[in-house]
Amino acid sequence: MRTTSLISFLALGCLTTTAVVAQKTAVQSIEEYRAMLADGNPSELFEAKGEDLWKQKRGPKNASLEACDLGKGPGVYKGAFVELPRYFADTGRVQDMESRLLTCMQNLQGFNADEIAKTAFGKGEQVNVTALATWLSSESKGMKFNLPQAHPQEKISYEVGRRLFFQRAGPHDFSCASCHGQDNTRIRLQDLPNLTKNPGDGIGFAAWPAYRVSNGQMWGMQQRLNDCYRQQRFPYPGFGSDVTIALGVYLGVNSAGSKSIAPALKR
Amino acid sequence: MADPMRIRAQVAGDKATVRVLMAHEMESGQRKDAAGKLVPAWHIAEVTATHNGKTVLTAEWGPAVSKNPFLQFVVKGAKAGDKIAVTWKDNKGDTRTDEATAS
Repeated sequence: MRTTSLISFLALGCLTTTAVVAQKTAVQSIEEYRAMLADGNPSELFEAKGEDLWKQKRGPKNASLEACDLGKGPGVYKGAFVELPRYFADTGRVQDMESRLLTCMQNLQGFNADEIAKTAFGKGEQVNVTALATWLSSESKGMKFNLPQAHPQEKISYEVGRRLFFQRAGPHDFSCASCHGQDNTRIRLQDLPNLTKNPGDGIGFAAWPAYRVSNGQMWGMQQRLNDCYRQQRFPYPGFGSDVTIALGVYLGVNSAGSKSIAPALKR
Repeated sequence: MADPMRIRAQVAGDKATVRVLMAHEMESGQRKDAAGKLVPAWHIAEVTATHNGKTVLTAEWGPAVSKNPFLQFVVKGAKAGDKIAVTWKDNKGDTRTDEATAS
């Protein structure tokens, strides 16, 4: 009973081999690279951590998050992700997964939500928020996006998100639509989805949270949007701010009927 | 304390394919922090896998292995219900062992 073969996909090793094979477009090679990595998507590590955090008694109130209401009633998390962002009567605002988690962490566990919102990504409690969002998104994997639009605030949020998407500003006179407003475009080797319409299953809004292989980080939608603004040379939006949530509503409603593949794997 | 590993052991015929995801920073020791100081190397140095308590794989790893590494190997003669355990030890002496049942 000895080990006969040892294949260690040590993440970077696969790149060079695919590049050597000729007659393959860069996009195909990248797809192949992703497929090889998908078998061991490290997002699973964050899922496991998030599930533990959900059940664990933590914070000043020493409570778990199991009574957290993500829009489908207290403690119901299956399928909650594909219906967010939505309007919550208790806070009186539209919230996405991450901002709703902050509310629960404050109300149930006694954490200071404002303090967590101000913490840099990848530091302190932010790490836990990302892990929780990763696990909760995995509990809706394969389900179709179905964001509610019945409440007036949800409709307003969509319209605000749409206008923000097309708002050109900053030193480069950029808008989200500059990169994501037309079909079949790329930035370097990355395909740019057209987010003004439904981009399809597992693309755009339906692919976050995701693990980024290149920097070994797990990113939620809030960080994804924050980075979009960074690339446009805009000032950073606040974590869980009305701006990033409205953009989430716009992207999520546009993706209605598309399947979520989150937590996904990115380059 | 280190985060848990994810281990899956899938039996096909007379062998089992084991897939392991480990949670580790795997700092190479080549990078500098914001203050320009070298970030000290911090990586898994030793990996051991056992099949029902018997060692079937040992590996010495260095700083070139990626963050949150993925390891896949095949164990001959493993049957459903067998225990596959994996242990790693890093260069700071921290260690973690997780076990999975082959299915």
